[in-house]
This record gives sequence, structure tokens and C-alpha cells, in this order.
Amino acid sequence: MLEETLKRIQAHKGVIGTIVVNAEGIPIRTTLDSSTTVQYAGLLHQLTMKARSTVRDIDPQNDLTFLRIRSKKHEIMVAPDKEYLLIVIQNPSEYLLPQ
Amino acid sequence: MFMDESLDVVGLQTSWKKTHPQAHDSKICQTNQVHTAEVETQAKFFSENGTQTDPHECLADPFLLDRDLSSDLPGLKDFLCRVEDMVIEELVKNAKSHAFDGFEVNWADQNQTVLCLYCLGYPDARKKGLQVTSVSWNCTGSVIACAFGRVDDGDWSTESSCVCTWNLDRRNLNPNQPDMVMDVATPVMCVSFHPKRPSLIAGGLYNGDLIIWDTSRTQDPVLAQTGMSPDAHREPVYEVKWVPVAHRGHLIVLSACSGGRVLLWSLDGVEGKLTLNSAYALVSQQLPQTTAFSKLQTKGGINIGVTSLTLSPWDPDTFLVGSEGGLVLKCTFSSQTVAAVPSDGESVTLHAPAQFSFSPRGGPIHSLHFSPFHRNLFVSVGTDGLAHIHSILQPRPLLALRVSDSYVFGVRWSPVRPLVFAAVTGQGLVQVFDLGHKSLRPVATIDQKTGGQPAYCLEFSPQQLLAVGSADGTVNIWQLSAELTEQGPRETAILEQLANEVAE
Repeated sequence: MLEETLKRIQAHKGVIGTIVVNAEGIPIRTTLDSSTTVQYAGLLHQLTMKARSTVRDIDPQNDLTFLRIRSKKHEIMVAPDKEYLLIVIQNPSEYLLPQ
Repeated sequence: MFMDESLDVVGLQTSWKKTHPQAHDSKICQTNQVHTAEVETQAKFFSENGTQTDPHECLADPFLLDRDLSSDLPGLKDFLCRVEDMVIEELVKNAKSHAFDGFEVNWADQNQTVLCLYCLGYPDARKKGLQVTSVSWNCTGSVIACAFGRVDDGDWSTESSCVCTWNLDRRNLNPNQPDMVMDVATPVMCVSFHPKRPSLIAGGLYNGDLIIWDTSRTQDPVLAQTGMSPDAHREPVYEVKWVPVAHRGHLIVLSACSGGRVLLWSLDGVEGKLTLNSAYALVSQQLPQTTAFSKLQTKGGINIGVTSLTLSPWDPDTFLVGSEGGLVLKCTFSSQTVAAVPSDGESVTLHAPAQFSFSPRGGPIHSLHFSPFHRNLFVSVGTDGLAHIHSILQPRPLLALRVSDSYVFGVRWSPVRPLVFAAVTGQGLVQVFDLGHKSLRPVATIDQKTGGQPAYCLEFSPQQLLAVGSADGTVNIWQLSAELTEQGPRETAILEQLANEVAE
């Protein structure tokens, strides 16, 4: 069940990698190599926590639901939760490739 | 009197084995440990009876293994169920969205112009009329080494020459006073900084000598030299390259000369000795047969003079060689074919490395360079004034671009823009090409104001500065504009597409 979910996400167009991170920022499931995983997990966990506190500081009734980072090469999506983070790295320009 | 008699066997306890127990102590072992790691396995349970290798704790990453996560991580299943739909929806939307097409952010001030930062020269060399034959950046990109020699003069000369270095990060840099001058007895044809160790320089001389300098040794920077030995080159060394090796502390240098020899040396950094590891000889009758140049086949073993060489950044076994006769050959280090040349007393067997020949050109191939962004692409230039973009899988070029009406002496891919390369011409111009543009004309032309003197070499630094060495004995350091140094969004995709094209 769990594996299938991750496989379904990974099979989507342009998806480079999927990482599940726990509340401490430690990766528990990944499709990337270990050094990349550790880097993404650590940095994005920090960034997500910072983003969440920013949202809540502006309006205490509000909360972060989803984080998207657009870069020159990728789009990184983070789905947060109280215990886990799901990080998906996508190459959105792949669809632009003329077939 | 004589009769058979059987005597009882008498056993004595050995004193030797007890008093001298054999002590075994292994100091070194020739083979490395066998490392194994599993990425995926179909069976979940396994047991081991015995193993020849020592156990290694951190080989496999714990989270890479297929574990049953749902049991020991409560809530993960619920979490994934909750976010799956949302993430997939966003992924699909994102793949269709054109919201960011052509969107660019200006994070830094853009350099709109190409700027000449420094014009380096050495007055002593200029007085003698020496030309800059080769330049090389060290791994940090702060020091540039420049070799002085002669290209126009085919004579055996005993004119003394030098290799100079400048540190561009120094506070009070004097463009006319090098930080270090290493005097050499003959003209220097090529220099190359070690890709990892910032103080090591390898240089190839006109008389076939190969010298390694260590700039951190202030007394005598010469670390090693091949000198007069039966192993050394006997023709001008046109290319010298450090071969990247996995093992730290191993230093391997590759040199190629116009006598058709490519030699692989290992350097003992402590003793300062160059030992010949393997040797390769290129002779015309051992070239790979292709229909395209069967007419060039000659009888007898004629050496193929090497004028340029490039190592593949992707495949450590492959290198390309450009010849005086206009051939570009794909070669392999692991060749086992013995070269058909009489031995000159070398300590190792000469091998014939050529595997594949690309379609020949009209004149000497002065420069070759593998693309740092695609494992199959390389560019070659020569005296015909054209730059050929090749795939190593096809004999014919994918693209032929007119660089100049005169000779083209050097070409290098940009280290940051996959579609950009620069070439220097016999008129002293630097032509920059962008394959992303529709036209096959240069996107930028840098006039070096050398008074029509040719430029012989160019090299990009890790900081994307471009160093160009000219016949008038100067090295110009150029800073390229932002347009030429910032990667666009689809460049690797276009390069991939180009590499997959089939040349007609």
C-alpha cells in the first residue's frame, strides 16, 4: 500500500525523486541516492519549519498546507504534516521537450 | 644371520613446534575488500552461513532497504493517503502549466559586456619574441600558468623559454611581473595544472621532454623530468593531461607527441620520478578501417603525429586524438593490440589504441574538447577554419560551423552553458558560438587587438573567466557577459536532442 503510493507519485511525468522525512528531519524512504537524500531532507525540513512559523506568525489562525519552490531547473513540492514531510522533486521543463 | 625384523615405531614429542609457535601477522593485503550493497531485493528474508568478507556496518542505507515501514512507523500510511491526491494533482498541473515559461529573475547585476580584466605578459619573453603556446588554470581558478614557446618555427631550437604563473586573486597583481617564472631550456608546447592539487603543473617541451613542477617548492620547483631516456618522447610534446584517478595520491600524466606516441606516466611525488606505465603508438596501417578514408591508407608504418588530445570526462577509458593529417581517432587505454612498430628500447610494449576513426579533415586538428555536459559530444577545430560538432557514435559531424577564414587553433566548451563553446583563430579573434541560436554564426566576437597575430590557446576557469594566449606573448583574461555564462532552462534538453541527431 505504502510502496504503491510512492510508486504512483514517482511514475508521474518529470518526477526526479520522492523522499519521506520524519519530524526530526531524518529521511525514512527515498528514491534518490543517499547523499542527495540527506541534503534535501535536512535543508527542506528546516525550510518548511521556517515557512510554517512565518505563516503562523503573520496570522496565528493560519497554517502552512503546502510548499512549492520553483527553481531554474526543478520544482520542489513539500507536503507537510505533524509527523512527516513528503518531498517531491519534479523537472517541469521535461514536458517542453519536442518529441 | 640376516633376517627380517620389524622394529617398533618410537615417537618423540617435538620441542620445536612448542617453543617456536608460528606467528602470523599480515601487514598489507593486495586486494581491496569486496563491497556489496543491495538496492532492491525480491526476497525479504535471507540467512548467511559464512562470508569471506568482513561485515561492513554502513554499506546499505537503512532507509533504502525495503522494510515494512507501515508497522514501525505509525501514521505514515494515513499521512501518505492524505497527501497523495494533492501532490499528484499538483504534479499534473505543474507538468501542463506554462506559468513560468520565459520567466527569469535578476538576482545579481548582469554583466552586459565582455570585459578584458587583465592583459598578462612577461617582458623577457616578449623581448625574445616568444609566443604563448598554452595556458592552464589551477583547480581553484585563481592561478593561471602560461607556457612560452614557438609555433611558427619548425626548426630544432635550443632557445631557452619559460613557464610563468600569475595569481589573479593577489592584491597587488602586476600584469607584467609573473609571480613565478620557471626557466626551461627549450620552448614549452603545453602546460596543464593538476585538476585537484593546485600546485602541480605538467609541461611538455619541444624536445620531447616532460616536466612536472610543484610551485609550492620554492627552492627548485622541478619535481620530476623524463630527460633523455629510451622511454621518453623524441618529438615535440603537443598535449599533456592529468588523468583523473580514484585513488588519492596517485598521479598519472598522459602526454602525446607529434611522433605518434601517446605515453601514460605515473608520478612518484615523493621521489620525484616519472615511470612509464603504458605506451601507445599510432601508425597508419593500424587505423580502424572506414570507407571514408580508405584512400588515405598507405603502405608501411607511418607514424601519425598527434597534435591534440582530449580525455573523456565520462568514460575513464576513452580519449580522442587529433592528428597532423586531419584524422580524429577515438582511442582506448585498455587496448591489447600490439602496435606494429619496431621497438626503440621502451620498457613497456607499445599498443595500438585507435578504435574508431571519424571522417578526416583537410589539415591538422589543432584542438579537441569533450563536452562537459554530454558523454557523446565533442568539438574539433583545425586549419580548415571549421568547428565540427561530433557525436562519438557517428563518423560524420553533426554540425560544421565556420569559425574563421584562417586557421583555428583552439576550442573549448563553456563549463556552465551546455550549448556554448569558444574558439580562437589565426587572426587573434575569439569567436563564441551558441548552438541554441538558429543561425550558425558566432554570437560574440572578441577582437583582442593583437594586430592580426594569431591566438593559440584558450581555457575557461572555474569562475568562468576566459584566458586567451596569443602569438604576441600576452595572455588576456576576459570576463564574459551574463548572456554567455548563465544557463537557460532548456539547454541540456537541446544538447541531448542534438546528440541524438543522425548526421546525414
